[in-house]
Amino acid sequence: MVEILLDATVRAGTPILFATLGAIINERAGIINLGIEGLMLIGALSGFAATLASGSLLLGVFAAFAAAFAAGCIHAFICVQLRGNQIVSGLALTMFGIGVTALFGRGVVGQTIDGFERHAVPLLSQLPLVGKAFFQQDWLIYFSFLLVFKIWFFFYRTRWGLELRTIGENPAAADACGIQVNRYRFLAVACGSGFVGIGGAYLSLASTPMWIENMSAGRGWIAVALVIFASWSSFRALFGAYLFGGITAMQLRFQAMGTSVSAHILQMLPYVFTIIVLVISTLRLQKGASQQPGNLGQP
Amino acid sequence: MNLQFRVEKREQGGPLFRILAIIASILIALFVAGFLLLAAGVDPAAAYLEILREALGSSYGISETLVKTTPLIITGLAVSVAFRMQIWNIGAEGQLYMGACAATWVALFSGVQGSLTLPAMFVAAFIAGGLWASVAGLLRARWQVNEVIVTLLMNYIAILLTDYLIFGPWKNPDGFNFPITAQFSQAARFSEYFDSRLHSGFFLALFCALAIYLLMERTIWGFQVKAIGSNPAAARYAGMKTGLAIFLVLTLSGAIAGIAGFSEVAGLQHRLQHGLAPGYGYTAIIIAWLARRSALGVVIVSFLLGVLLVGGDSLQLSWQLPVAFAYAFQGLILFFLLASDFFINFRLRRITEETDG
Repeated sequence: MVEILLDATVRAGTPILFATLGAIINERAGIINLGIEGLMLIGALSGFAATLASGSLLLGVFAAFAAAFAAGCIHAFICVQLRGNQIVSGLALTMFGIGVTALFGRGVVGQTIDGFERHAVPLLSQLPLVGKAFFQQDWLIYFSFLLVFKIWFFFYRTRWGLELRTIGENPAAADACGIQVNRYRFLAVACGSGFVGIGGAYLSLASTPMWIENMSAGRGWIAVALVIFASWSSFRALFGAYLFGGITAMQLRFQAMGTSVSAHILQMLPYVFTIIVLVISTLRLQKGASQQPGNLGQP
Repeated sequence: MNLQFRVEKREQGGPLFRILAIIASILIALFVAGFLLLAAGVDPAAAYLEILREALGSSYGISETLVKTTPLIITGLAVSVAFRMQIWNIGAEGQLYMGACAATWVALFSGVQGSLTLPAMFVAAFIAGGLWASVAGLLRARWQVNEVIVTLLMNYIAILLTDYLIFGPWKNPDGFNFPITAQFSQAARFSEYFDSRLHSGFFLALFCALAIYLLMERTIWGFQVKAIGSNPAAARYAGMKTGLAIFLVLTLSGAIAGIAGFSEVAGLQHRLQHGLAPGYGYTAIIIAWLARRSALGVVIVSFLLGVLLVGGDSLQLSWQLPVAFAYAFQGLILFFLLASDFFINFRLRRITEETDG
């Protein structure tokens, strides 16, 4: 029972994890990206369409990254080069993503593909309780573990990461140090967006191997809230994403067991929990020890 | 020659320049959206002609456009009220649903009858929308919790709550198990005009625009809101209670959006049902952004976007385009508007090698 629930938790949390990691990369460079929801949809559709056309899941993941990367470039161009309003640009990106995927998704509605399959890691998958949930999963989930570590490594152990964090904190100082502020920011937004796209692709290639209009269903917004919960740290993002995966898994479990509580009420839980978590983490943030990039949202 | 540009601040461009920029943004967005339509196998020229013909080509079309314009004006005003204070109410959609639920409760379950019904529905919707938004208002005013995320997530909750009601306790017992409530009695409906679906809600919307204009431009409170929006630190220094103002503005914003829900159920649907507002609350953000601080601007922009929505509906029928395509178009308008802002505020100077060296 616990094993099944844990497994469902990881699977439900992974798309949110990718999206949160992508959003963290954006915000570390000082750019708020409210287009996460739209980027997830763009990733989900292009990943699905590419896999459908080529039969290769790997190609699907690349297509999801590339499409979301391209869409992220629009946001990057407006926010970095044109110094436009980041909130409006992000909302526009979400609207654009919802609309464009609905338009181009018409052709692939109802088609199915063979989604990602599970591959057990030898030995580790035999661990009690956590074995099945963490080491008997598909490649994308293993990739998400790697990414969590990679992003931490990038920000805290490489020169580029340090420079990027400097830009997020104080672009003027970074500029004075001879860092190419605009170039870094642009790349951070575009790459972060690409990872969000992979999160979307997880929905259409692994969770339910098909395309459904508006299939992200607010997960992108949950990711935006989780960035604050995670204090812009990738390890905490992992924790937060699984927390929400867990709530979703339990909610589905309750529905399957046929409780007397309405399914509609149960479906509210992830959103209600997100708001509660957002409040708690905002409060904690103000108690000092803020990890928030100092220059977040400033054009 | 070396093509390099230097960004310079431009002198104030004036309102004419702004209007030109808005029109240009919409035209460029139409142009780019044309390519999207082309890629999806739809002839853009024919599609655009059809939008114009359907929305403006007949008296029926115009009445339908005004029907769509109604909730857009009200929600647009709601978002723009908060916007004056640099507060983002992305939750007009959910507040509209809550207003509709409250109005439905009055109409079907409260026992209020006769000429009191409509006023009571109005008040209930106003309060429900306001209460819904006040959660975000309280969190933002008290603890600086990001109102964008809270108002947005509450949209999902509001829509699920509405679904719960119409699938559960409020379902019409004689409705063949469809997830809809019973129809409202005549006392709970707006009058309709000109043999069309145009209803009193449109005039209610115009009245709201006037009321907001007076409140924001002609009262001290409106001035304070503006002052806090443009410089919170200075406003606080001048003794204004910024926290309270933020709370009140978000609550008022939600209450106005609630009125839109009332207008939709009383004027158009005559019952509560799923898909009550196909994204009016999100379109409202564009309207508020385009109209900036002007209530009259909200009315004009709402009409323009109403044309697009009515035309978009007909495209949905004739080319099976998804309703959500309207979003893609609205996103594009915003992108180009943001880009045009840049050219309004700054000018590019080309730096040639000679002047450079």
